[in-house]
Amino acid sequence: MNLLNRLLGRGEPSSRDIAKDRLRLVLVQDRVNLSAEKMNELKDELIKVISKYVEIDRDGMEISLTQNARQSCLTANIPVVGARQK
Amino acid sequence: MSAVVITITSGKGGVGKTTTTANLSTALAAQGKKVVAIDADIGLRNLDVVMGLENRIVYDLVDVVEGTCRLRQAMIKDKRLEELYLIPAAQSRDKTAVTPGDMIEVCNQLRPDFDFILIDSPAGIEQGFKNAVAPADKVVIVTTPEVSAVRDADRIIGLIEAEEKGPADLIVNRLRLDMIKRGDMLNTDDVMDILAINLIGIVPDDEAIIVSTNKGRPVVMENGTLSGQAYRNIARRLTGEEVPFLNLEEGNSFIKRLTKLFKAS
Repeated sequence: MNLLNRLLGRGEPSSRDIAKDRLRLVLVQDRVNLSAEKMNELKDELIKVISKYVEIDRDGMEISLTQNARQSCLTANIPVVGARQK
Repeated sequence: MSAVVITITSGKGGVGKTTTTANLSTALAAQGKKVVAIDADIGLRNLDVVMGLENRIVYDLVDVVEGTCRLRQAMIKDKRLEELYLIPAAQSRDKTAVTPGDMIEVCNQLRPDFDFILIDSPAGIEQGFKNAVAPADKVVIVTTPEVSAVRDADRIIGLIEAEEKGPADLIVNRLRLDMIKRGDMLNTDDVMDILAINLIGIVPDDEAIIVSTNKGRPVVMENGTLSGQAYRNIARRLTGEEVPFLNLEEGNSFIKRLTKLFKAS
């Protein structure tokens, strides 16, 4: 049954997959030495700065740290609603 | 002759640094290279027992550094191989008895007479690690397929890069084929995906290692052991030879063989 589930891509993820996912996440933080709290501060400041110039959709924004080989990349996807009203 | 200095390190303790140092030193010497192994784990020496040389120690690394003896007097000749020597760590001192500058000096004195100098680093990232890495031309990081060991290896890779000693090479130690097959252990590809550095060896988890450590006779001396073969292969890669990796992760089932056959044709 276990095998069938796995073949169909169902059921519990293997402990190997869990290990890999957990490692990926923890290493992103280790490598840039940025805690979740600092990351939130960074987001807040980014919002403040960008909002000075354009109006943004705060609910639609996504900021994340990703890894490509040994390079860390900070990606921000911030939907702009329109020009800031003068 | 000018020796290549290779430091074996890991961050986390207990992943097989000392076993790796003993086996690579022995394998290189068995290939006819002139080799000296240095135990840089001051206060917790162990390379001597793994190599079976604990009864021959008179002087140690700290004695050399402090000028109590000449370098040659602290070099213990191996029982079996002509061109293999060990410089043991001091047991009753701590890491501060040696500085990175001392290690560079000792290695510079040894370089003209050897092909390889292998340094067994202590665990951790403090002074002992810095001592071990200071004279390195090449750093080999040992890890096991476990979350904590891989995380520490990643930290070490960063530190090695910062010291401009990189890029380091990686050995994945203690792989268990049965657990990998069940999906309960990271495989070599997973570890490489995460750490993204050059792989220089994969070593299976092998009872023969414990038996050989019990005897003080490195497993590379035993023919017919998989781990011994793995270490001999790594030693050959260190000399620049291209040696294919052992196929530890693929079973030899009928279907696997069939797939291979199709892939080959």
